[in-house]
Amino acid sequence: MSPDKSDDKTGEQVTLRTPLYDLHVELGGKMVPFAGYELPIQYPAGIMTEHKHTRAEASLFDVSHMGQVRLDGDDRAAALEAILPADVQGIKPGAIRYSFFTSPAGGILDDLMITNGGDCLYLVVNGACKVEDLAHLRRELHGKVEVTELSDLALVALQGPKAAAALAQLAPGVEDMAFMTVRDILIDGVPCRASRSGYSGEDGYEISIPADKAEQVARRLLAQEGVAPAGLGARDSLRLEAGLCLYGHDIDTTTTPVEAALTWAIQKRRREEGGFPGADIVQDQLANGAPRKRVGLKPLGRAPIREGVSIVNAEGANIGTITSGGFGPTAGGPVAMGYVASAYAAEGTEVACEVRGKILPCQVVKLPFVKPNYYRG
Amino acid sequence: MADRRYTEDHEWVEIDGSQATVGISNHAQEQLGDIVFVDLPEADTDLAKGDEVGVIESVKAASEYYAPITGTVVEANEALNDNPALLNSNPEDDGWIFKLTVGEASELDGLMDEAAYKELLSTLD
Repeated sequence: MSPDKSDDKTGEQVTLRTPLYDLHVELGGKMVPFAGYELPIQYPAGIMTEHKHTRAEASLFDVSHMGQVRLDGDDRAAALEAILPADVQGIKPGAIRYSFFTSPAGGILDDLMITNGGDCLYLVVNGACKVEDLAHLRRELHGKVEVTELSDLALVALQGPKAAAALAQLAPGVEDMAFMTVRDILIDGVPCRASRSGYSGEDGYEISIPADKAEQVARRLLAQEGVAPAGLGARDSLRLEAGLCLYGHDIDTTTTPVEAALTWAIQKRRREEGGFPGADIVQDQLANGAPRKRVGLKPLGRAPIREGVSIVNAEGANIGTITSGGFGPTAGGPVAMGYVASAYAAEGTEVACEVRGKILPCQVVKLPFVKPNYYRG
Repeated sequence: MADRRYTEDHEWVEIDGSQATVGISNHAQEQLGDIVFVDLPEADTDLAKGDEVGVIESVKAASEYYAPITGTVVEANEALNDNPALLNSNPEDDGWIFKLTVGEASELDGLMDEAAYKELLSTLD
């Protein structure tokens, strides 16, 4: 048995704590290094219980490691469009859109959320990428847009079917917000910004809170009926069941948006006009297909299949790689996603993975593994 | 009375005459979290002390487990195929993993008794 090494997924040097660090420790959180921060991988309830609780009730996650950025400047939307393929100018005030920064080779530098804040744009980027993202934004938008890192803000995610009722106890009216919209609210007198979005496949909110009030607000949220804390472990199994990509695993600089099956996030005008890094490659793949595709993979046995495992065809030839895999508590068995050569990407295709010398059969399946429960109004 | 010993890898091995039963300690299952799959050895597999026997998969990660002594696998706990959570609920009894012959009885001398293992655990927190 070697259980003590299993937590260190990043191996990064830990230097930072989020504003909720003391609360995590008080709640019994098992702290691990992640994206340069010490964050709880789980609380005493455990990953399985935290995962199921999120799908049945509501969970509070600390995602303060993520980068929150504000863009100011009259031409902010057009300027941002030069470095990513979303129709930023088409985002209505108060609305949110998912996107990704692309490289000249058509790869993905990071994925992010863009909010039209009315007089500015707000971005939420991955914690592990935020230093590079800020440098990229400042370099590419220099002279056109003022780029401000909002490092005095914490970020929590309240996710689950009871999230709306819980938050509405503190901020009446949030239950009416549409999916992928944002609203300024007061929680306990603290000005917060709530977006109806998340990373679990459930209804819920991501709530931006002044760092010095984050613990106060988090305690109020945790005191609501049905709300329990959940850690990174449940966050990962929830997003995997929901078929959502984790940057650095399912998407990175070597994967294009077409290969990653994220073309839904490239709106019509941008597909036609291009004008983002790697547009020639992305447009060519949109027209002619990509050599490989991200798909859901359902292992037919009980053994989980983890990231990095090679996918083979009936003849044993390599046709791809698993990029995320594990046990899906709600799916009730192992779930995975990965890239396969496009000839094998059709639903129902039988493939296999070789794990520890054993051939484990898998089937290509439609994502997500668990039907999303977003609030559409 | 059967003699139970522990390894530094947080496994237990209980000797009953010429046969031994192997499992993981309660501390190990606590560290692993919810266990969802156990890769069991085949009967008649020859193992040397320290050999990797298989993998225990939890919702968190995969962790190898090892042969605490040299011997030949007699049987594996097939109940773990349907209910791997036995390793969480009852790791030191119903959640045993496999039985093997005792190939080198002298190897047991290098393993900890329960008191020594408890002392090791007390240094980990």
